[in-house]
Amino acid sequence: MNPLPLILGIPLAGAAMLAFIPEHRLGGWLNAGASGLTLLASLLLLVLDTPAATQVAFIDDFNIYLVVLTSFVAFTAAWFSAGYIAHEAGIGRLTPAYLRLYHAMYQVLSFAMLLALVANNIGVMWAAVELATLTTVVMVSLYRTRPSLEAAWKYFILGSVGIALALFGTILVYLAAQKAMGPGMEALAWSSLMAEAPNFEPELLNLAFVFLLIGYGTKVGLVPLHAWLPDAHAEGPTPISAVLSGLLLNVALYAVLRFKMLLAANGDALAPGPLLIIMGLSSLFVASLMLYRRRDIKRLFAFSSIEHMGIITFAFGMGGPLANFAGLLHMALHSVTKSAIFYAVGLAAQARGSQQIDQIHGLTASHPALGWGLVAATAAIAGLPPFGLFMSEFVLVSSTFPRAPLLGVALLLGLLIGFGGLALRLHGIAFGEAERDRKPLVGSLLPLYAHLLLVLIAGAFLPGPLVAWFNSVAESLG
Amino acid sequence: MFATLAYDLSHLTSAMVLLAGFVVLYQRRLLGVFRAFAGQSWALAAAAAWQAFSQDAPHLYVTAAIALGFKGIAAPLALNWIVRRLDIHRTVETAFGIGATMLAAVGLVSLATLLVLPVTASSAALTRETLAIALSVVLIGFLVMITRRNAVTQVVGFMSLENGLMLAAVGVKGMPLVVEMSVAFSLLIAFILFGMFFFRIRERFDTLDLQSIESFRGERR
Repeated sequence: MNPLPLILGIPLAGAAMLAFIPEHRLGGWLNAGASGLTLLASLLLLVLDTPAATQVAFIDDFNIYLVVLTSFVAFTAAWFSAGYIAHEAGIGRLTPAYLRLYHAMYQVLSFAMLLALVANNIGVMWAAVELATLTTVVMVSLYRTRPSLEAAWKYFILGSVGIALALFGTILVYLAAQKAMGPGMEALAWSSLMAEAPNFEPELLNLAFVFLLIGYGTKVGLVPLHAWLPDAHAEGPTPISAVLSGLLLNVALYAVLRFKMLLAANGDALAPGPLLIIMGLSSLFVASLMLYRRRDIKRLFAFSSIEHMGIITFAFGMGGPLANFAGLLHMALHSVTKSAIFYAVGLAAQARGSQQIDQIHGLTASHPALGWGLVAATAAIAGLPPFGLFMSEFVLVSSTFPRAPLLGVALLLGLLIGFGGLALRLHGIAFGEAERDRKPLVGSLLPLYAHLLLVLIAGAFLPGPLVAWFNSVAESLG
Repeated sequence: MFATLAYDLSHLTSAMVLLAGFVVLYQRRLLGVFRAFAGQSWALAAAAAWQAFSQDAPHLYVTAAIALGFKGIAAPLALNWIVRRLDIHRTVETAFGIGATMLAAVGLVSLATLLVLPVTASSAALTRETLAIALSVVLIGFLVMITRRNAVTQVVGFMSLENGLMLAAVGVKGMPLVVEMSVAFSLLIAFILFGMFFFRIRERFDTLDLQSIESFRGERR
């Protein structure tokens, strides 16, 4: 049995159904139910044999864990979203028509991200990323306030330009492949591109990669293409911030890495390492420094996402089995941890009726379970042991020092600056005398703690198949 | 005989797309910008139709029809209507003078040529020259987006950038999915136009008024 039609079909059917559910509570739980079914379908991938590549979709060591990760986080975010949305509807911030739109769009977004991951065609992948961009633009503008419309417009224009450049890169890849593969669909399919990559024209491939890096890099939020990211995270509904940070950035990065594999397989093409290292380090430094002056809690963690995307990009820029392994692990764990943080942030901001850090002050005193959960998740994202992100950062730093000591120093410095910024801001959020709640705290803490548990386990133990996938992908990333 | 005619006609049509890009750049009134953009889309439609004929690829006629109908007629009409309904200023605000912008555009064309021609040495002459022109159109579209201050001209800049992409896609022989791509882009543009009207977006959001920036960033105490 091939679970791929289910993985792609359930979100689409869910979207069609949710567009007609007028009652928001029911819609919220059906949304979580549809995402849960998608998760079950994607778990089948782990049990059954890997399905053979078709014209449309394929599964290999790289996208299998990303598909599972994406459907897992999409499920917990939908679970969190059900409570979150009930609260927003209760205080009248969202009307029923918008909620219907929201739930339908949530499923379309899941579909688009999963399609981008499994697509066996660089054109289909491009269209899926475009669809994901459009749906998130709708979600970011959901509150219809002036700031949210401004954020959505900015995201829209920058995202569209990125998408346009990515398409130019895609056309160039086709052109580079054409000599070796001839015209037709085959020259766009990943499964055949990977096999034929050594025969591509290296110069064209280089030029294509620059366009693809800038194009998809805009969606990853790499400095200096990051301007849309903090606004889009801060002004949209919090479940969408969690999905944006946890999943969509990964999907865009996945696209960049797939093309990097082509370059690595080609041999004569330029080594993209220095480009990635420069963009990664500048993202790390700019975002880390930006952490210090944040007053809006969602903006704070949005900058932290840019920082981590920088770390991951740096890791893939260094290349080699160890650094690539660290990058892949960091990609997965950042996704789990950052979405957990946004769940906590969403609940806290709803209870206090504000996203401003000085209004959230003293969270551990007023809501111990939520407050300490947020402290633990922030400690995890800052790279403290015993959480899994410590391991990936440790592997990255220790593998960088012997190969490039100066880059190692820069990386460590960036990490420390980011750590300081987060610690400083976390102190204001979590400790001290509690501010007064405006609304009672509702919503489940389970998604937050489930994610924390996963990150904690990953700090001590990684399952064998995951390590095998990471190793095989790390090898083909070069 | 036919071979040189095919070559010349492809050159002519793609050069017209580029030329229209320059025309968009020096307009001082919105109406002129829309007309120049419509002209560019017609030139693109002609280029796509000619490629459809000379490559014997009938699906490219669909791309040509989309370029003509959607971008050449519907989008300019919609833009006109939006400008009237939202009562947007009819003159174009430019960041630099027209002369400086045109010089920059000439620079971009040279850049595109210098970038594309050396790396495509082994491709067919027609493909590489079309690609160089297409990249020039893309870069000039960027220039329009950067140097024009309001949302309407930014959108036109984006659409003309997209015309450049489509020119590249139809120029590469045997490229699959071109029609699907032009449909996807038309969807994107329809979405942008709809959003502009629906949200009454008139201008870009960068402003020298620091107060509004601070409130926007959510960083005000």
